[in-house]
Amino acid sequence: MSITQLLFWFLTALALGSALMVIFSKNPVHSILWLITTFFAISGHYILLNAQFLAIVNIIVYAGAIMVLFLFVVMLMNLNASATPLKKKWLRFAGVISGGCLLLVLTAALKDTDIMRQELMMKTGDIGLIHNLGTVLFKEYVLPFEISSVLFLSAMVGAVVIGKKE
Amino acid sequence: MTIQHYIFLSVALFSIGIIGVLTRRNLIIIFMCVELMLNSVNLLLVAFSKMHHLAATAADAASKAGTDGQLFVFFIMVVAAAEVSVGLAIIVMMYRNTHSVDVNFLNRLKH
Amino acid sequence: MSKLVYLVPLFPLAGFLINGLARKRLSKSLTGIIGSGVILASFIVSIVLFYDVKAGHSGAVSLFDFINTGTLKIPFAFQVDQLSSVFLLIITGVGFLIHLYSTAYMHEESNEHFARYFAYLNLFVFSMLLLVLGGNYLIMFIGWEGVGLCSYLLIGYWFKNNDYTNAAKKAFIMNRIGDFGFLLAAFWMIQQFGSLTFADVFSKADGMKSNDMVLVGITLLLFLGAAGKSAQIPLYTWLPDAMAGPTPVSALIHAATMVTAGIYMIARSNILYTLAPTTQGVVAAIGLATAILAATIALKQNDIKKVLAYSTVSQLGYMFLGLGVGAYTGAVFHVMTHAFFKALLFLGAGSVIHAMHHEQDIRNMGGLKKHLPVTHWTFLIGCIAIAGIPPLSGFFSKDEILAAAFSKNAVYWVVGVLGAIMTAFYMFRLYATTFLGKFRGTHEQEHHLHESPAAMTIPLIVLAILSAVAGFVGVPAVLGGSHHLEHFLAPIFAGSVKKLQHAHHLDHNTEYMLMGASVALAAIAILYAVSRFSKKPDLDEATGLGKVLENKWYVDELYNNIIVKPLRNLSAFFNNVFEKMGVDGAVNGVGKLVNYGSRQLRLLQSGQVAAYILMMVVAALILFIIQLFV
Repeated sequence: MSITQLLFWFLTALALGSALMVIFSKNPVHSILWLITTFFAISGHYILLNAQFLAIVNIIVYAGAIMVLFLFVVMLMNLNASATPLKKKWLRFAGVISGGCLLLVLTAALKDTDIMRQELMMKTGDIGLIHNLGTVLFKEYVLPFEISSVLFLSAMVGAVVIGKKE
Repeated sequence: MTIQHYIFLSVALFSIGIIGVLTRRNLIIIFMCVELMLNSVNLLLVAFSKMHHLAATAADAASKAGTDGQLFVFFIMVVAAAEVSVGLAIIVMMYRNTHSVDVNFLNRLKH
Repeated sequence: MSKLVYLVPLFPLAGFLINGLARKRLSKSLTGIIGSGVILASFIVSIVLFYDVKAGHSGAVSLFDFINTGTLKIPFAFQVDQLSSVFLLIITGVGFLIHLYSTAYMHEESNEHFARYFAYLNLFVFSMLLLVLGGNYLIMFIGWEGVGLCSYLLIGYWFKNNDYTNAAKKAFIMNRIGDFGFLLAAFWMIQQFGSLTFADVFSKADGMKSNDMVLVGITLLLFLGAAGKSAQIPLYTWLPDAMAGPTPVSALIHAATMVTAGIYMIARSNILYTLAPTTQGVVAAIGLATAILAATIALKQNDIKKVLAYSTVSQLGYMFLGLGVGAYTGAVFHVMTHAFFKALLFLGAGSVIHAMHHEQDIRNMGGLKKHLPVTHWTFLIGCIAIAGIPPLSGFFSKDEILAAAFSKNAVYWVVGVLGAIMTAFYMFRLYATTFLGKFRGTHEQEHHLHESPAAMTIPLIVLAILSAVAGFVGVPAVLGGSHHLEHFLAPIFAGSVKKLQHAHHLDHNTEYMLMGASVALAAIAILYAVSRFSKKPDLDEATGLGKVLENKWYVDELYNNIIVKPLRNLSAFFNNVFEKMGVDGAVNGVGKLVNYGSRQLRLLQSGQVAAYILMMVVAALILFIIQLFV
């Protein structure tokens, strides 16, 4: 087993395990920490695929900014395990069943498609590097990029308006 | 590694996110599960981008095919960040009014 | 000239529309003039047509396509030939006299109802003309249904009386049973011959072998229709009840129209019947049985119209006997003479009832001879004619049928003569009880006794003359005549005459003997009846067999018990169980189900986001499964 495969399986197990811990932790703070772990595992996958820019952005934006924001909110509300309500039993059961079914259906549907055996470029390739991405982003995708800044601005205004006290 | 590994990983992460959305009542956890689902899609997009790139470089070594996929991921992150800022503002607002983040309190849609 | 044939039914139709639509505005005299005038116009056209046919111009006149689908083409065609022209004359001629009579008889009705009466009457004649003129079985069936409808309307003319409307319903339902047979026969003919036009059907049937199962089936079904319309066993009970209508209507139904429809239809289809001897046997047997049964019932009836009604049923039985033994000409001849003397008798009875202020029980009459001289003499002529005393018309036609019956089977003749004796007896019992002896009604009635107005007596006189002399168109060869009617109708029955094997003629001595026997027996019956009832009518309650006869062999009760009551019970069962529980249950159940279902579905809209998401996921799941695996 090559080092790449070893890393892949390790990161996969880490991602799935921590993702499960996200939804099964009673304490919201623990959930957030497990989610950060998941994001780190996903960033590991990005690095494995040589998408270095996305890996860094993932950590900075998601694991850094967004999850910290979550953490702030949770702490602000002083939520803990005892305060965390659980759904009715049958609803939880139905949720697990339907989620499982989705997994099953998608797996069964995709298992036999011919795309499944295609290899992908691991560790090498320069499309994920910042030089290439930056060139394309500021040439071909410059308009969506600018529009996304407007989106950010409006989201910011929205957040301020919603969060403002009466 | 073949694409199927990444597909199944993504599907598994996505399903976990779904299960989380369906089973938890805490709005913040639900929100985090949505993020998890978004990330699973991001991962799959990157994987497809690399698969595509490998196939393209076989024909043309200088090909940049697959860049688009990674830029999509970038834009998804942008949108997710905007969504999170607004979403969390709503949660804070709701908490301020009801002193709870229980999704079951949000049943005004009935009326 | 035969292009004018459409005018014949058109006039009564116009009369129906005018009288029916403007019934509130027309005065009685105007209504009467329109109602009678249109029939007179038809009669005149019929005469023209008759002479046209006599000159040799007969055939089908197609007016337009009635049904045109795929291989089936049914034209709206009229058949103008010897048979239909004779019937046209009878219907319009006798019909006109009855209309004329009605103008006086119905004069007590209010303006609107008077016009309604004439509208119905015109529609009745129109339907009958359509029936007779129809160039195929479908057009005939339209008329056939039309007369059924009009009989219902006219019998139930005084619709405020429950018994009358019941009688109307009875007539309608009995007719429907017969119509059902007619309709099935028509479908069968379409299936078998691919056409309903007389010429096509007859020419195709001509090639089939005798007693072919299909032909027997079709003719039996047609006969069921004829039995319903012409009041034969087992569907005869409506006709005596049809007396509920005004008396001129009874005359119209019994003499000129309606009941002769069955005879006409079988005479028209004579080739089919000749080719189906089995059916002919059935027709003859049923005709004879009806003749005897109705005659026995008539012996003990005390209602003047009931006696006449049963005598009609009985005479119709004779006509069917004639059809059954192959004496088609005889049957048509009897239809004609019967139309005259039965119309005469009914109108005479109407005159009596009119004079007696709607008293119909002959036990309360008597001695009317001196009060109603014209009615009396004309009635007497009618009685002699129906009794079969030469040289009045009934003798010739009845004798022709009986002679044909004898040549077929001597038993038919014996039973037939027995019926003829009874006919003579009950007719003269009626005559003697009504007109002879002393008056037995109330003093007030006696004071008001009067001869009817001219509008009523003129038709009586005309019909009396016709009853007396109509027989001479068919004087048989044995009596030195040439039988004009037979020669005239020969083209219609030519095909059948060729096929009838037993057409051997009786020798003259036998015929003389038969005639002599029947006339002598009838004469004895007449003398006995007159001598017995003129002085001392049987006013007592009947006992024993007489009671059974008075109650019409309890046939009505029998029908009531074996058909009507089980049907009612069945309907009650269906109403209570099937309708209330089954249908209502299903209908209400659907409502309840929807109600319950929506109540439950409403709960799905809990307003909780989580539940909505769950539903969304499940729906997505289902879509995935459908999209990917199905």
